[in-house]
Amino acid sequence: MGLTESIVQFDAVRKRYGSGPLVLDRTDLTVAPGDFITLIGPSGCGKSTMLKLVSGLNPASEGSLMVLGTTPKLARARQAFIFQDATLLPWHTAQGNTELPLRLRGVPGADRRAKAREMLALVGLDKVAGYYPRQLSGGMKMRVSIARALTLEPQLLLLDEPFGALDEMTRNRLNEELLTIRERSRFTAMFVTHSVSEAVFLSNRILVMAAYPGRFHAEVQVDFPYPRRADLREQAEFQAKVTEVSRLLHAVEDTGK
Amino acid sequence: MKKTPAILLWTLPVVSGVLFVALWYGIKAGFDVSDWILPTPGEVAAAAWREHARLLRAAGNTMVGALAGFLLAGSLGFVTALVLGVSRSLRAGLYPWLLVLQMTPVIVLTPIIVLWAGPGLPGIITVTWLISYFPIVANMTQGLLSTDMNHVALFRMANASRLQEMLLLRVPSAMPYYLAGLRIAATLAPIGAIFGEYMVGNSAGGSGGLGFMVYVYNTKIMIPALFATALTSCLLGFIFVAAVSLLNWAVLHKWHDSYERDDH
Repeated sequence: MGLTESIVQFDAVRKRYGSGPLVLDRTDLTVAPGDFITLIGPSGCGKSTMLKLVSGLNPASEGSLMVLGTTPKLARARQAFIFQDATLLPWHTAQGNTELPLRLRGVPGADRRAKAREMLALVGLDKVAGYYPRQLSGGMKMRVSIARALTLEPQLLLLDEPFGALDEMTRNRLNEELLTIRERSRFTAMFVTHSVSEAVFLSNRILVMAAYPGRFHAEVQVDFPYPRRADLREQAEFQAKVTEVSRLLHAVEDTGK
Repeated sequence: MKKTPAILLWTLPVVSGVLFVALWYGIKAGFDVSDWILPTPGEVAAAAWREHARLLRAAGNTMVGALAGFLLAGSLGFVTALVLGVSRSLRAGLYPWLLVLQMTPVIVLTPIIVLWAGPGLPGIITVTWLISYFPIVANMTQGLLSTDMNHVALFRMANASRLQEMLLLRVPSAMPYYLAGLRIAATLAPIGAIFGEYMVGNSAGGSGGLGFMVYVYNTKIMIPALFATALTSCLLGFIFVAAVSLLNWAVLHKWHDSYERDDH
């Protein structure tokens, strides 16, 4: 596969904030189209930092970073970020929040309303389109956040622990929904989480990272075919994969002490 | 915390009001205070009735000055905060001078205001504006700077322009702060207007406001009427605060947590 085909290309990237310590040591990574890559590791391993670099919210200190064949900032229009909390604007309804990216881009009212409705229907929230965020549960807020991210049909979706604050049942269901949506929308994903089973369920590649400074420790391939269904979690191979990643994670955490 | 039953919310203030009036009569009788130091509540009520036409007209005049000054402070305060919120250097350059303005006692400035704005309504409006302007600027500026960093990141990711970020994110998220500023200003505006009338409104002739009535009643030693004027001023303040509370409700009740019901 040639360089131009990669969705994200880290070449010897390092990151420090100001004159502070290195948060991300020399990193090389190629994200291929259709990848669902999960970054997992202890706090301080630079996993969220990597997403911020890709999104262009923070610049890399050294090395070169290409996103969708251009610079992170120029690639922004074709990528979307889903934050740890839903970051909905409390003064807009679910509908208004979903319309926001289109509105910022100057899409006319009727078009953006229709598009937002379609996206809300996709995440099963068309019935509560007129609700304000404070009237929605945590899981529903996160669904709105996903709908909002998908309105611009991004090629690359960056997800920074999006389901971390949810209970396990809601989290599992949203994992399944996210994969179902991906069958349709075909985005490439970079996903940050602390949950091993979430990482195994969602991704085809898991990068286990170590902290201080942040760096790759190991990469695990997850070859279960998509579409994946909820019952995958009950299979022995799935459990074996979870154990494998957990061991790597424990090894990383032990060396960090 | 246990909830207070609704019936108590209404009866308790009445009970304490009755007790207060009883205490007032008690002090009058017990310490033999003369009428021109402390008239009885009955005398105050009688004076309020006797003077009600003049007091109402005065209250109306005060309302005009207070409202004009308040609206001026509300709109100028909004614009000033926008300017301060736009850039760090503007803020650094201007904020200290706003503080200087705020720290200078209005009483010192009053003769200068009369000199510049002229006596009567223009002077009164200026005094009112001066006294209620700063809390609005301070609150709104704080609000514009308190925007959730994740929301800012969201807008940056969406390639939003600075103007979009200001109008669609920072201003709406600062609304609770702005309204809190307005609420403080609402209590200050009638005070400012009455003070203004007392200081600069004397030459307004027959159409003076409550501050002018204070001057008149004081000169004539009509002490119960002075108390009645205090009561009227208090009512005026309540009207202002109630109006802003209504505005607050209209803007925020649908989405802001402060209107979240307990049973949610």
